[in-house]
Amino acid sequence: MRTYTSVWRIRFLNGLQYRTAAYAGIATQLFFGFIFIMIYVAFYNQATVEPDLSLQQVVAYIWLQQICLSLVMLWVRDPEIFELITSGNIAYELCRPSSIYPFWYSKLLAQRVANMTLRCVPVTIIVLLIPEPYRLTLPSHWITFLAFIVTLLLALLLVVAISMLIYISVFWTMSPTGSVLLFAVLGEFLAGLVIPIPLMPQWMQFITYAFPFRWTVDFPFRVFNEHVQGSELIIGICNQLGWLFVVLAVGYWIMNKAVRAVVIQGG
Amino acid sequence: MDKPIISLHGISKSYQVAIRKGGLKEAFKALIRRDYKVIEALKDISFQVQQGEIVGYIGPNGAGKSTTIKIMSGVLLPDSGSCSVMNMTPWLERQKYVARIGVVFGQRSQLWWDVPVIDSFQLLRDIYRIPEKQYIETLEELTTLLKLSDILHTPVRQLSLGQRMRCELAASLLHKPSILFLDEPTIGLDADSKIAVRSIVKEINERYGVTVILTTHDMNDIEALAHRIMMIGKGTLLFDGTLTQLQQRYGTGKIVQVAYSGHLVDEILPGITLIEQSEEKLSLAVNTELCTVPQCIQWLTAQIEVTDFTVQAIPIEELILSLYKEHAV
Amino acid sequence: MTLYYKYLIMHLRAQLQYKGSFLMLSIGQFFIPFTIFAGLYFMFEKFGTLQGWNFAEVALCFAIIHQSFSLSECFARGFDSFSSLIIRGDFDRLLLRPRHTVLQVLGSAFEFTRIGRLLQSLIVLIYAISQLPQLWQWQHILIILFMIVNGVCIFIGIFMLAATLCFWTVQGLEIANVFTDGGREMAQYPLNIYEKWVMKLFTFIIPFGLVSYIPLQMILDKMEAPLWQAMLIPFGGSLFLIPCYLIWQFGVKHYRSTGS
Repeated sequence: MRTYTSVWRIRFLNGLQYRTAAYAGIATQLFFGFIFIMIYVAFYNQATVEPDLSLQQVVAYIWLQQICLSLVMLWVRDPEIFELITSGNIAYELCRPSSIYPFWYSKLLAQRVANMTLRCVPVTIIVLLIPEPYRLTLPSHWITFLAFIVTLLLALLLVVAISMLIYISVFWTMSPTGSVLLFAVLGEFLAGLVIPIPLMPQWMQFITYAFPFRWTVDFPFRVFNEHVQGSELIIGICNQLGWLFVVLAVGYWIMNKAVRAVVIQGG
Repeated sequence: MDKPIISLHGISKSYQVAIRKGGLKEAFKALIRRDYKVIEALKDISFQVQQGEIVGYIGPNGAGKSTTIKIMSGVLLPDSGSCSVMNMTPWLERQKYVARIGVVFGQRSQLWWDVPVIDSFQLLRDIYRIPEKQYIETLEELTTLLKLSDILHTPVRQLSLGQRMRCELAASLLHKPSILFLDEPTIGLDADSKIAVRSIVKEINERYGVTVILTTHDMNDIEALAHRIMMIGKGTLLFDGTLTQLQQRYGTGKIVQVAYSGHLVDEILPGITLIEQSEEKLSLAVNTELCTVPQCIQWLTAQIEVTDFTVQAIPIEELILSLYKEHAV
Repeated sequence: MTLYYKYLIMHLRAQLQYKGSFLMLSIGQFFIPFTIFAGLYFMFEKFGTLQGWNFAEVALCFAIIHQSFSLSECFARGFDSFSSLIIRGDFDRLLLRPRHTVLQVLGSAFEFTRIGRLLQSLIVLIYAISQLPQLWQWQHILIILFMIVNGVCIFIGIFMLAATLCFWTVQGLEIANVFTDGGREMAQYPLNIYEKWVMKLFTFIIPFGLVSYIPLQMILDKMEAPLWQAMLIPFGGSLFLIPCYLIWQFGVKHYRSTGS
């Protein structure tokens, strides 16, 4: 917990130092949000059959994507950790009194939260004020909003756990680039970051259900825009918890194995 | 005297720097408004360098050394003043000018990391448009001079720092520059490589008449190479002269080390300071303005049995330090 | 030009030193636009058409822009990654060499792994052309080629502008993404689907419209125009390089007077 808060503080301060970067980031996120919405508006305007997801829901989906991007994006690169593994300096890390998995986990978590804190407030305010059809519509009931926060937090925990798997894989591949890129690209597609999952054909939706990724993006967003309600919501949260448990356990287990291998090799 | 090859007159340069303060509150403030201050890197610098000189350009970090080098090499424009090198103004005719100078940064490489050295050289040949015949000749000469034949076909990442520095020197000399700027060429090298680099620079200077401007923090480089020392501090030129002149002006003292037996009894003469004393060894600092070295020895032999003694000038590092101190830089 | 070629060969040799990672990255690059294209396909499956454009037509638009983008990322990577050159302080070294800065920056980096991306968009391009019989004449293929080449010019111009920004600040470069990634994301659809101001911005200020939307309308028989017009219009893309070059020169001058 200590690590978490101190990493958060450093990152946040660091982010504040770069005001141009902060402004630029906000402008960029807004721009991309607008463009994507325009594309969907164009599709929806001439739709003969009303799709499963209303335009208003898509708009919310897109803005949440922009606002929470640094939280839920699968791939936030931390060169420090890569450097540690590939250079063999991991040996020093092993000398620390704390276990590595929780340490890295909280570090990655803090980075995501810090990156998001700075930008999300201005972006959220702006997208709540702009005219229709671009405006972000809030959930009609505060309980929905509460449910969104809960699912988003679980999503965050899950996405960090998944990204830990990527870092651990570097113990074997030793090259952080190719395989990771592939994993990230496919993961983001299956999470619904390219197009919202409800707009995919039925068979593709099925495929996404077989992976943990959709619980990190698609699910909390659909809780927000009230596409998912009632018992479906409860089942979803159970699913999130289940995946979280599995991915954490697998990650922890492989990490121990990897570390043991490093120790045997002598770094 | 001939027309100087480098001539700087009244060069000044200042930078604007944003002020940053620590803390969350200050960081938020800086989001809205930022304060700036002006730093004067160079104040009215003038000097001349003759063809074939080796000039040691020294000064503490941030004194304005690299700014001067950047202006002389045409990378940076000064705020005011004039600079003429080989009858050109460096920053006006950049492409024409830089074809005639060579620059080595000790901390940065101009060689390609992943390919053999010789490939980097060939690329430089194309960049500098060196005629093939001249390239082959120069390369051959440099290979012998810098002992490169074994390493030319090795990728740079596999070279030791010393080997790499020899290649860097060669890379800067391929186009036969008239002036060579060396920025801390011996930084990080082991003792052997340092000596090698020094002798190479000397050789290049003597054989080709290349004018060398050398910045360094290693006073041994200066002692071994520089005909002339220029010292800069806080943007102004503090000293410009030979090493001997420097020693005469600031080095008014000697270190006397004595091996002895017996006991020191007399009161110490004015001008002598005891630095270290043990059972059989003694070292003294002698201020030659108050007490000559023979007087000191006489005083010693009168009371103890001196078995051996050495006399040294005050080391150059200490001289420089006292110079820095004098000007409070 | 010879020097540019020499630079290229050097980079190729250096990158091929690491064959495994080169291959993996190229494959990864193949899949990035692949998922975007899959998204496009799914959208058409759901909605049928997009403002009078069918799937093959939009796929053509997509392929042209992605070709331009991957080519420019490969061959003008030097400008795209210019901030790292500035941060490392290597731009000084560049000024110490008797060649033009533009040529040297271009030669400072290449990204050959974009071959994966290029290949993917080439497949889409061939597919799209095979579905659109009105394109089956050499003049139209030539026009498509012009569009791709001039699209490369636009991307290079944007990279140059972003690089010029680095002379003042290396933060906030994310904003350049609005025009590079954003331009790509946008121009992969016909511009008429956007609001008027976006369409104007990307036709008159950053002329993506000239290398995709407008000539596409002509060759896809959505707009009556003589052939020579369709041939000439894409070259508006290369004209974009002129102001970018001037701004770059101004930036270099600024750098040399501040040294920041």
